[in-house]
Amino acid sequence: MPDTQLREVRQPKAHDSAIKQITGEARYIDDQREPAGLLHCYPGKASIASGKVVAMDLSAVAAAPGVVSLIKVADIPGKNDCSPIFGDDPIISEGQITFHGQVIFAVLAETRDQARWAAQLAKVEYEEEKAFISVEQANSNDSTVLPDYQMGRGDVVVDLAKASNRLQGHLEIGGQDHFYLEGHVSMVEPGEDGDMLVHCSTQHPTEAQHQVADCLGVPHHAVEVRIRRMGGGFGGKESQSGQWACLAAIGAKMTGHPVKIRLDRDDDMILTGKRHEFEASYDVGFDNQGRIEAIDLTLLGRCGHSADLSGAICDRAMMHSDNAYFLPSVAIHSRRLRTHTVSNTAFRGFGGPQGVLSIERVMDHIASSLGIDALEVRKVNLYGDEGRNTTPYEMEVFDNIAPELIEQLEASSNYQNRRAEVVEFNRKNKYLKKGLSLTPVKFGISFTATHMNQAGALVHVYGDGSIGLNHGGTEMGQGLYVKVAQVVADSFGIDLERVKITSTTTAKVPNTSPTAASSGADLNGMAAKIAADEIRGRLAEFAAGLFQASKDDVRFENNEVVVGTERLDFTDLVKKAIFARVSLSSTGYYKTPEIQWDVATGTGKPFFYFAYGAAVSEVTIDCFTGEYKVDRVDILHDVGHSLNPAIDKGQIEGGFIQGMGWLTTEELKWDDKGRLRTHAPSTYKIPTATDTPDVFNVDLFKGDGNRAETIYRSKAVGEPPLMLGIAVFSALTNAVVNATGRMPKLNAPATPEAVLLALRDGDYLV
Amino acid sequence: MTSRSAIRFWFRGELQVIEDFQPTETVLDFLRLRQSACGTKEGCAEGDCGACTVAVVRPVGEELRIEAVNACIQFLGTLDGSVLFTVEDLKMEGDELHPVQAAMVKHHGSQCGFCTPGIVMSLFAQTHQNRPADRAELEDCLAGNLCRCTGYKPILDAGIDATAVATDTAEIYRETISEIHDEGELLAGDEGRFFAAPTCKSSLLKLVAEHPDATLFSGATDVGLWHTKLFRKLPKLIYLGRVKELLAIDESAHELRLGGAVSYERARGAFGALDSDIEELIRRLGSTQVRNAGTIGGNIANGSPIGDTPPILIALGASITLESIRGARTLPLEDFFIEYGKQDRAADEVLTEIIVPKLSHSQRFRCFKLAKRYDQDISSVMTGFCFTIEEGKIVESKLAFGGMAGTPKRATNTEAALRGKTLEEACSLVENLSSDFVPMDDHRASADYRMISAQNLLKKALIELSEEEKVATRLKPREAIHA
Repeated sequence: MPDTQLREVRQPKAHDSAIKQITGEARYIDDQREPAGLLHCYPGKASIASGKVVAMDLSAVAAAPGVVSLIKVADIPGKNDCSPIFGDDPIISEGQITFHGQVIFAVLAETRDQARWAAQLAKVEYEEEKAFISVEQANSNDSTVLPDYQMGRGDVVVDLAKASNRLQGHLEIGGQDHFYLEGHVSMVEPGEDGDMLVHCSTQHPTEAQHQVADCLGVPHHAVEVRIRRMGGGFGGKESQSGQWACLAAIGAKMTGHPVKIRLDRDDDMILTGKRHEFEASYDVGFDNQGRIEAIDLTLLGRCGHSADLSGAICDRAMMHSDNAYFLPSVAIHSRRLRTHTVSNTAFRGFGGPQGVLSIERVMDHIASSLGIDALEVRKVNLYGDEGRNTTPYEMEVFDNIAPELIEQLEASSNYQNRRAEVVEFNRKNKYLKKGLSLTPVKFGISFTATHMNQAGALVHVYGDGSIGLNHGGTEMGQGLYVKVAQVVADSFGIDLERVKITSTTTAKVPNTSPTAASSGADLNGMAAKIAADEIRGRLAEFAAGLFQASKDDVRFENNEVVVGTERLDFTDLVKKAIFARVSLSSTGYYKTPEIQWDVATGTGKPFFYFAYGAAVSEVTIDCFTGEYKVDRVDILHDVGHSLNPAIDKGQIEGGFIQGMGWLTTEELKWDDKGRLRTHAPSTYKIPTATDTPDVFNVDLFKGDGNRAETIYRSKAVGEPPLMLGIAVFSALTNAVVNATGRMPKLNAPATPEAVLLALRDGDYLV
Repeated sequence: MTSRSAIRFWFRGELQVIEDFQPTETVLDFLRLRQSACGTKEGCAEGDCGACTVAVVRPVGEELRIEAVNACIQFLGTLDGSVLFTVEDLKMEGDELHPVQAAMVKHHGSQCGFCTPGIVMSLFAQTHQNRPADRAELEDCLAGNLCRCTGYKPILDAGIDATAVATDTAEIYRETISEIHDEGELLAGDEGRFFAAPTCKSSLLKLVAEHPDATLFSGATDVGLWHTKLFRKLPKLIYLGRVKELLAIDESAHELRLGGAVSYERARGAFGALDSDIEELIRRLGSTQVRNAGTIGGNIANGSPIGDTPPILIALGASITLESIRGARTLPLEDFFIEYGKQDRAADEVLTEIIVPKLSHSQRFRCFKLAKRYDQDISSVMTGFCFTIEEGKIVESKLAFGGMAGTPKRATNTEAALRGKTLEEACSLVENLSSDFVPMDDHRASADYRMISAQNLLKKALIELSEEEKVATRLKPREAIHA
């Protein structure tokens, strides 16, 4: 459909639940009216990181007030596994403890407080074994969850030896807790025939359905997983929601009662995985302009105690360690390290951010070693024309708009003048130092596991002309539901308000992929359009018959059907169509074309296209304490032709702040016993309103739309903006370089402590 | 004096009279479990995320205040005599949205929506200031409301719009409140398990003497977590927030007297007026919700080594009064802290008053809070410095620190080293702090960082106070701090 005929798509429509959210009417799982006889489940946790349970006395737990029953590993009727792929995540430990906090039993009680309090009363004896907590411990002991992996091209050893300049560096990259405001929650209602209706706050209803069915030993058809909305997901509810649904389902099966489980914030943080910590080591050769000639990069990923999604996450880190830059001779090594900590998982960017940050550090390092502005180094390294347009995994960067986008942002942010002002400020100031940085993002869109790039939708047209819309995508705040509804409304030429968005459920659309990899709108928007267009085709054919016209002459616009000079209200057409026995329900199915991946060679076209963006950050640091302030941020981001510019802007701003938080104040600390010490907002600090930049300019890149054939030529927007936050880390690095005159030892997150110690490392004392 | 066994407050236009409740029942549990009023969310159950923010209108003396508070750690009994508003109450007649709600929709201020009810309520409370708020005020208003989706920009924009048109003050609720406001003592429960809210000091002291095992609290910003996180049984709760003597603020030319149950937010005006650094410290302490509930008395009495106000108060030379039915005694605040977890308070004593001397003409004051995050974070290092300077020399100094030892503590060695020195000379003596402290090492900060930054902060104060230096030393200049 040409843009001129779009009435809802491209409009800055409000989030589908905006009104309900601001009035408190939007219901999340824990807000649903509780069914009679509801029991509350709560997990009991291991208090060591590694070892065996020797004895477990649960008598005090069972005797506690309100306790109805206990769930032990032997009570699981089917498979004791809630892993997404590898079968290595027990729902309840079978005796071997692999991280501090691992579930060793669960309590069913009349109230949640009773269940929580009772779960503390277990007496457990352990035989402790050696625990690997840090990356270093795991790496030096070759403790891995999956085999090492390599990709690259050229003879890096030779090319490094030939390079005009060469340097080595190392960067530690911290993890990140999702800190979705709604923690994990599931409520399970048992039905007849052993069926289970599972309300689960999950980005992956199909996987939760499979896990619940498998742990109960029933067919998939016996389990329906339903989710209307989550209070945030960010990847944390992709593979790690199932465990809680399984525990509730097992409890429901045991007792015949409905069962709810909702983790306390601290337990949510202790019991569920986070963004992977990484350590990047590089050996890079470059010319006198800073143009990379060869690079050898090793990425160590801390996966935790099980594989979860770590294989694909570490792959994506490798595939993004080029970011927007051409690496002519390159070797990328990845290790997937096993530690005795919670199993790290998907988090917005899915390994990509760690890869991007690694190469951006290389850019900053090269610039400081040559004494030139890092933007110049970045620019000479960008992907370009033939010969400089293939990734390390041999995919052509066919849609490269990074040079143009960066040029526009450099101008609109007044970068060069501000660089001069920063130099002047730093000359005048001893105690405060400024840094400025522009960093780009290029992010590959598609699941790297090719088979996951598929989606289904179900559209019904009812007799009054209202539409029921369902698809496999889940709503976690990102605005997917309204975007897909906009697409469907335009298929029928009707107002958005006539499209009813219904809860995602495995009973309506089966075999779905998770809402992840930024792909929600690309996949489900297309599937819903296919379904809607199928019905529209039938209606067009019917209308053509009514008015003795050609099907191609039928137009749907302004809530009417127009055939030549004839006009008919959409509702009237629908009524007539039903009377004439026209089917007004259709599924839609979409799979992303063109993509493929060869695991053996580490080459292929894993991505349908790339999304681009760039950010300029200016920061000031306090050299007494390492505290800092983000003075100004300018962002230019590419969303193709936006489906909904308001929603997209919200994703960009929110993603940027979340990325900034990852690299600044959000610090995960484990002690040597493997206990997470930062397991609540009192100790784990995500950005507040005050941390946002004083000046914050965000614009959408005005280009020719997505060169790949996506839904109305839009681009995915969920993950890419997170990496814009790297501009803040790079600007902090720049501020320290400006103070000390050399590349500091500054790891991520750059907490005030890290910044002050970096200044001291560079011998800059107040 | 009359005594009641049921709490009374207004909710949804109806008078709630509740006699049967657990002393530790939270306002959030009342809403979600008793009332099935699930608009208000639980995000953390420790008063840090603000998803559970509700607005409470309550009289404090002659004043009527509307305050955003965290329902997750606010005990139900504290609502006695108040009006409780939640997000569901805001729709106006004919389903018209409140200006805050309308602005939130217009600016796309909600994404996942889970923090949204709390944010709406924080902004709702703010609109009762009856004046447009600027960005800085709104950041402050929202420091206790974490949002993980939006990056706050649209919410700040919504706040600017909403406060520009809203015209309410807490006064509009005066009539409603007056119907249930009385001086009556409250004792709900029995001898073994109760929620008590005495209204005068004498009955408070008598009650504490009878129940020295009871837990005294005001804002429950700490005690609330004993219940929600630490699983501690708290069968006997004595609420200080209605004891009129403990709510008094008295100011004379030379000193400020704060009752033991004066909230941070109420103290902010007079206390912050002592020095702009104190104003900024109080602004950064906790969040609006925490400052509305929490008290300086609690900050002292809980004995935390990382409380924000004790180092300031010690540097100012503050003293406190402890009272019991046996009598009253006043002691310098610094003597109250004996060692980690141990304070000079008998079980039957209540901290009734904090006496803060004002700065003299020859005194110069600085205080700095250092934390991982600028707003709403617990200090890694807290400093309070007071220098008496005569003829360019430091004749006396009080250098008090938090986060550097098991208690808030003065750096007596360094104070001695600085005596008689010029500010410039003193700058080279800050390393003496290593002889005063062996700082703690934890997830907030390493011992090294604490020591280095403590030295640097002392140096920063000295540099700022020396007449010659006019260079910028701060990210947020003192001149930019507004009371």
